[in-house]
Amino acid sequence: MQGMSPIVKNITRVVAGFIVLFGAYIVLYGHVTPGGGFTGGVILAGGLALVVLAFGEEFARKVLTHEVAKTADSMGALLFLLVAVLGFAGGVFFTNFLPTGTVGSLVSAGTIPIANLGIGIKVGAGLFGVFLALAAFRRTTAGGKKEVDVLQSDI
Amino acid sequence: MVHLVPLLVVLPLAGGFLMPLVGRLTGRRRAAAALPILLTAGVLALAVWLLLAADESLTYWVGGWDFPVGISLVADGLSRLMAVVVATISLVALVFSIDYMARFTSPGLYYGLFMLMVAGMNGVVLSGDLFNMFVFIEVAGIASYALVAFGTESDELEASFKYLVLGTMASAFLLVGIALVYNVTGHLNWAKVGEAIESAGGATLPMYVAAAFFLMGFGLKAAMVPFHAWLPDAHPSAPAPISAMLSGVLIKASGVYALARLVFSVFNGDPLLGWVLVGLGVLSMVIGVLMAVGQWDFKRLLAYHSISQMGYVVLALGAAAVMQSRGVSPAVVALAVFGGLFHLANHAVFKSLLFLCSGSVEYATGTRQLKELGGIGGRMPVTGACLRVAALSISGVPPLNGFWSKLIIVLALVLGGYYVLAAVTVFVSFMTLLSFAKVQRYVLGGEAPERVSRAREVPAGMCVASVLLAVLCFASSLMAVPAVRDRVLTPAGDAVTAGVRTGRPEPTITVDRDEAAPTAPRAAAVEPLRGGSPHPPREAESRAEAAAGTETRRAHPLARRAALDVGEAP
Amino acid sequence: MTLAMLPFMLAFLLLVAGLYAIVAKRNLIKVIVGLLILDYAANLLLVLMGYRTPPAGEAPVAPILTGGLAQADDLAASAVDPIPQALILTSIVIGLSVTALVVALAIRLYEKYGTFDTDLMRNLKG
Repeated sequence: MQGMSPIVKNITRVVAGFIVLFGAYIVLYGHVTPGGGFTGGVILAGGLALVVLAFGEEFARKVLTHEVAKTADSMGALLFLLVAVLGFAGGVFFTNFLPTGTVGSLVSAGTIPIANLGIGIKVGAGLFGVFLALAAFRRTTAGGKKEVDVLQSDI
Repeated sequence: MVHLVPLLVVLPLAGGFLMPLVGRLTGRRRAAAALPILLTAGVLALAVWLLLAADESLTYWVGGWDFPVGISLVADGLSRLMAVVVATISLVALVFSIDYMARFTSPGLYYGLFMLMVAGMNGVVLSGDLFNMFVFIEVAGIASYALVAFGTESDELEASFKYLVLGTMASAFLLVGIALVYNVTGHLNWAKVGEAIESAGGATLPMYVAAAFFLMGFGLKAAMVPFHAWLPDAHPSAPAPISAMLSGVLIKASGVYALARLVFSVFNGDPLLGWVLVGLGVLSMVIGVLMAVGQWDFKRLLAYHSISQMGYVVLALGAAAVMQSRGVSPAVVALAVFGGLFHLANHAVFKSLLFLCSGSVEYATGTRQLKELGGIGGRMPVTGACLRVAALSISGVPPLNGFWSKLIIVLALVLGGYYVLAAVTVFVSFMTLLSFAKVQRYVLGGEAPERVSRAREVPAGMCVASVLLAVLCFASSLMAVPAVRDRVLTPAGDAVTAGVRTGRPEPTITVDRDEAAPTAPRAAAVEPLRGGSPHPPREAESRAEAAAGTETRRAHPLARRAALDVGEAP
Repeated sequence: MTLAMLPFMLAFLLLVAGLYAIVAKRNLIKVIVGLLILDYAANLLLVLMGYRTPPAGEAPVAPILTGGLAQADDLAASAVDPIPQALILTSIVIGLSVTALVVALAIRLYEKYGTFDTDLMRNLKG
């Protein structure tokens, strides 16, 4: 998968940062506005996929590699599990043991923002890893065909 | 101690998340198996301890949130038995995988997916409400779809695709069922749905439609006959330890266990559902074994036998539901349930052993076709001996475990008056014996063709795993002994027969000895049910209760354990 | 068959459409699309179960607390049920994972056989 034209590359340089920022906003404000870990993570993955599409496979092989995606994936999941196990400190598995502030403010709701962060990282990295596995790995097609006619309208 | 219940899910889950990282450190070396084996041994120790040490059913409200907003983990007798079965087979399959998976790449991913599957199954047997169970069934299911395709040969990919499509169809049906249950009752907790159905005087038409969707969904996961099409392709193509896990525990935890929970704990042993289970069980038994006899592929034959043996368990449980609602003596009902659960545990042991042995044979000779094998007993003594033990177990030859569980099921059916069903059961046993006589003759006996004469015994890890399971085949027949049975199987049976009724600690009605004693020596050995209260015929009582308009005094055992709810802990 | 039943009927229709695509189509990708339609139809049904009809003439209320904790009791009485929405969030994520897996399988199958036609693949008939 080669990169795209210079116009796309320049626009992506500007826009990708905003996409990642927007994704991070949805993740971190998940306990106040609709959204949360999963939806923010999907937006993050979308931004990263955009960068890889625009800059080509070489970028995916050097900077945003599959190894980075897998490591971030596991880290996010372990963070979430850590929050759940630390709930024992509040007496029961998975309790919300940090102080819950006033409803509607950013710093509130105890462990929920941390859990959201873990899920956001995991989903973002995981979906980005899926994108890399499906689109960016080098593969051979049977018979050496390069184009894939997905719909194959005779069947 | 109740705080340890979530650890049964947390430990394998942590393993599943850590393994991709660990796998990168160890590469392809066998050391990658160290962490999963450690974690699974921990889970097994925990599960066995819970089984032996706890007396009543434990309800754990996660996060301290009590009913109605909380999610509960329930560890009653049936859950604890299933947790031990899952942990045992997982540990043995992991020991087998150390050497078997040395031929595949990326063991880190394999062990990660394996741990996720174990975590999913533990979650299924522990969850206290419908949607949580659905999520864990999906977790275990997705891990198993990926594991079936692990070798990425064309066979495995196709089998995994078919399995995935059918499994997702089943999950969609489960979701529709959940939607209907939520709409009608407003709850998703097992206990509360059961109570809602109770207070409505039995299941109404919408609930029956929901039950139909659930039966389709869980029936497909349990590979019951109209929905079995995925199993004969998926189980043979998977790597041998995964076949053992799939046949040995996955179809039980996400299929048969869920069916038992649905019919007994939610619908309170409704007789219509009981008859449906009986029908499914009989169909699966007969069609499974008839199709198995004609197979020439070793693993495909074993897969069809899985369908047939699961039919036994479902038949026993369904017959128990029907007998309970007919007012048959509680001792006979308990016997039927005991037979079904005993057979479930036994089947996990001997079917896993069969698949592991077939994996060893394939590892050594490279083929699965019966016509190309022969004389394995001479070339691979350990595997041959274990294969013989397993084949005798599944055929129901005394003193191995299969004999006792099949005998108890037949006995319970005869005592309940279902002579035709008992005759069918005996016929299927006979056909199983025939089929495994064929296997033994073609695999173990005869002279060794060329590719077998080049075979050697498999590496030590695989031998150890097979021998462990073979020993368990003998040891688990001890579960028929009353002392062991009361510790291990009776709480599970009580959890099933108690249903939505309360499980009072002291028995209020004892077994009518004169009714049970003359008919069979076995029934007389059944002691008064401990912890369960056998009840008068259902219909009269529920009508009386509805008429009196009283709140159900008999609260669901799962909801009643207020003293153990952690929400009240200081 | 009142008008209020129409969304449920349509959700069931989607369910049947998904089932038809899975069973009757030969192209792997069309089977995958049928799987997606089936899954999302089940999710749709679950969300529809949470609808609470508002009093005549008013708009349905979304379960979002915009006025702080004081508004909570009013909201609980009048808002659409949020539990099915939380349930389908999980279910959509599950559907996403299954989709990723099945598409990966389809890609690998294409590499092995060079076609998406299931009639040409040995084990997938039926």
